[in-house]
Amino acid sequence: MATVTAIFSAILLMGALGFVFGAILSYASQKFAVTVDPRIETAISLLPGANCGGCGFPGCAGLATAIVEKGVPIATCPVLTAAARAKLSLALGLADAGPTTPLVATVMCNGLPAEEYRKFEYTGIVDCQAAVLVANGPWLCPHRCVGLGSCVKACPFGAMTLGENRLPIIDKEKCTACGKCVKACPKAIIKLVDKEKTVHVKCNSPEKGPDVRKVCKVGCIGCQLCKKVCAYDAIIIENNLARIDYSKCVQCGACVAKCPQKTIIMQGVPDFKARKAFIDEPACVGCTLCFKVCKFQAVEGGTPKEKHRIISAKCVGCGACVAKCPKKCIILKPID
Amino acid sequence: MSADLFSIFIIAIFIENFVLNQILGICPFVGVSNRVDSAVGMGLAVTFVMVLAGVVTWSIQNLFLAPFHLEYLQTLSFILVIASLVQFVEMVIRKTVPSLYQALGVYLPLITTNCAVLGVALLNVRKGYGLVESAVNSLGGGLGFFFALLLMAGIRERLEVAEVPVAMRGAPITFITAGLLAIAFYGFAGLA
Repeated sequence: MATVTAIFSAILLMGALGFVFGAILSYASQKFAVTVDPRIETAISLLPGANCGGCGFPGCAGLATAIVEKGVPIATCPVLTAAARAKLSLALGLADAGPTTPLVATVMCNGLPAEEYRKFEYTGIVDCQAAVLVANGPWLCPHRCVGLGSCVKACPFGAMTLGENRLPIIDKEKCTACGKCVKACPKAIIKLVDKEKTVHVKCNSPEKGPDVRKVCKVGCIGCQLCKKVCAYDAIIIENNLARIDYSKCVQCGACVAKCPQKTIIMQGVPDFKARKAFIDEPACVGCTLCFKVCKFQAVEGGTPKEKHRIISAKCVGCGACVAKCPKKCIILKPID
Repeated sequence: MSADLFSIFIIAIFIENFVLNQILGICPFVGVSNRVDSAVGMGLAVTFVMVLAGVVTWSIQNLFLAPFHLEYLQTLSFILVIASLVQFVEMVIRKTVPSLYQALGVYLPLITTNCAVLGVALLNVRKGYGLVESAVNSLGGGLGFFFALLLMAGIRERLEVAEVPVAMRGAPITFITAGLLAIAFYGFAGLA
């Protein structure tokens, strides 16, 4: 009997306590209710939730609040995929600002393996900022990647590794272009560029040509050859340094082939050779598509049904006609 | 009697400081000591919850648990009290001081599981304090926590601009600082 009483009194007491506190809380929740815009909750649930800070707001919740209250565009989040962005804009009833080009971090330095360009052996703290404090880093070129991996450590997505030549390698799939590595680099040689582009000027040195040659074999000397060869006006030379206007670049590789310093590279194609288009004439039906797409007047035959031919001297090997040809009878061949 | 209350108060703040001497409630101590203003808010919130919890848990202990021989429900009911109080405080802060609510972030709901709050409630019972003594002890404990948090935040704000070796930045230097503070607080043991 005593046990039963004990059980009952325990249940009764805890029940009563729970009830009393519950009542107080429910009253308080009415009294102190804060109206939160339900769209903010929706936005938080649809944002990636990685809190990487790539948008410049304090975490995903901060960006969600800013999107709803201050009308910050959804595309501010660099991590969101196009599908996720569409979902979010639909849920919030906001216009999707359209697909933004996905960016990827790229190291604008060719690195140079040659130990002869080493200024001194750095044995201090393994950190780029610390190394820069010692005579502006251990390399002769003041703009070379320090190579101690501060960017690798800063990457919250594990997209960076330190590869050979003490240059960071960026995993394009894992990179979300949050920009942490850009800030971590004391030499400011990491840039966020269009993910689809593969042709880059891998140098960040504004020094004059002879000065660059003294400290590096693969640095930009500002010789203008790339600018002259580019048919799309996509190369700008400023401060003795070539720069690619990615909005104009079609990645034809003409500049890659031309660059005497091998500063301009095509990613994934280590020994890039200049190419020219060749038409397999029997297969050609004379549709004139290649003629129309060519920017260099390098295709002969503008009248329909007439077989086309490539004027080799004018072709830069951009591949525009290859992509366009419905018969797939144009191929690019490397030339020596 | 008044001398007794005073010594309970002083002991709770300095000699048996919850954070630096009894190593309770370390989570908010490390988590919310980045900036002085949020540390002040957190300290006040914890103090408030502690005093209320001390009084309410004493009442529950002596009015309900002891008469019905249900002391084994102590932890359960105390946690219930603390959780409810924290919820209540959270609602009030959210409504009245949104900026403080933002600054405290996740640490505010974490007061629920702050062992310092449960600790003060259980210690009141174990030491056999009366209602007033419990309230004073809770207030002292809360102020002790507030004091420790404030000291820590002050030091950490200075550490922000100090030249700390890279390997020591962040958590390591914070723990070292906390350890040194605790050693310093050991000196108060001589007061007793």
